Amino acid sequence: MLAASEMTKYVSDLSYRLEGAGVAHVCDASPSDFVQLLKPRVMSLVVLSALAGMLLAPGHVHPVIGFASLVAIAVGAGAAGALNMWYDADIDAIMIRTRGRPIPSGRIDRDAALGFGLTLAAFSLLTLGLVANWLAASLLAFTIFFYIVIYSMWLKRITPQNIVIGGAAGALPPIVAYAAATGAVSVSSIVLFAIIVIWTPPHFWALALIKSGDYARAGIPMMPNVKGADHTRLEILLYSMLLAPVGVLPFALGFASVLYGVLATVLGVLFVALAVQVYRRRIGEAAEKAAKQLFAFSILYLFLLLALIVAEHGLGLAAFAAP
Amino acid sequence: MSPIVDHEPFIRQDVALTPAQQKSRRARNIAIGLALGLFALLFYVVTIVKLGPGVLNRPL
Repeated sequence: MLAASEMTKYVSDLSYRLEGAGVAHVCDASPSDFVQLLKPRVMSLVVLSALAGMLLAPGHVHPVIGFASLVAIAVGAGAAGALNMWYDADIDAIMIRTRGRPIPSGRIDRDAALGFGLTLAAFSLLTLGLVANWLAASLLAFTIFFYIVIYSMWLKRITPQNIVIGGAAGALPPIVAYAAATGAVSVSSIVLFAIIVIWTPPHFWALALIKSGDYARAGIPMMPNVKGADHTRLEILLYSMLLAPVGVLPFALGFASVLYGVLATVLGVLFVALAVQVYRRRIGEAAEKAAKQLFAFSILYLFLLLALIVAEHGLGLAAFAAP
Repeated sequence: MSPIVDHEPFIRQDVALTPAQQKSRRARNIAIGLALGLFALLFYVVTIVKLGPGVLNRPL
């Protein structure tokens, strides 16, 4: 019998020999394939939310230090994305939505993704610790740990509450960025965290309603597959009704302007209205269209709220700021 | 049972890369070089910013 380590080596070597016809199995991934591992669209939202968190910090942050901290946070988020794709390669290959990703499509092998993710995680933590402070670096490390171990490895495959709890990982960047700027955690950054946490379930469950077959094939216990589509619609509505007032909190607590308060109120009402449509339209194309509309609007909602905070605090547009 | 394969080094002389593989490897090497260069530049600039005028304050 071969020892386990020898067997691993044998299989590894065999994979290089079975290519046949003198063509070796050599990585032919382009740099853009590795960029895809970072989940750039998720990363862009992370950068925006982190920037909002950083700009809420009192006092002056040197632009270079702020920029370097944001780069470190973005790379840390990208590392988490790469590690998530490494771990989820098996289910990504089954789902239509994800089977074109670099690992299931065969452009990058899992070991390379693991090495890439771990290296970037180490560099981002080291950079944030040295450039800003070790509280921020510790919070970024916790974010990566939470996303990979708590969400990807544990919750995602066992409970329909996976994204409710796992959403905390995606919501932490404003807290990390605020800590990078000040060395502390504040109510304002916790409010941004709360907005993103409460925003996550209706956002992902709207997608899950559209892609429930995809998730079912992969065996992921998303809410529609476990509790049913109607129960999911009810939960989407409840979370949306909670999100609308929480989205206004930055104005109510005095760290965003009247303009923000008005915009957040209007957007919150629209969010709830779309959630009501999802709740009422349960069959056929109308149901799918309602879910798609809510999913698309949820992205716009979060983008606009964060962008307005960035504009007010970063570009000096706080003329309407609350007293 | 003895191991079926000899444990050759990863880089093998009998493997010829295809033009596509060579091209992608070159692109990856350039990307790694650029990333490391930007990383070094970032640390240089941050160091200057953190030290401020003190960067020139040293015994000659």
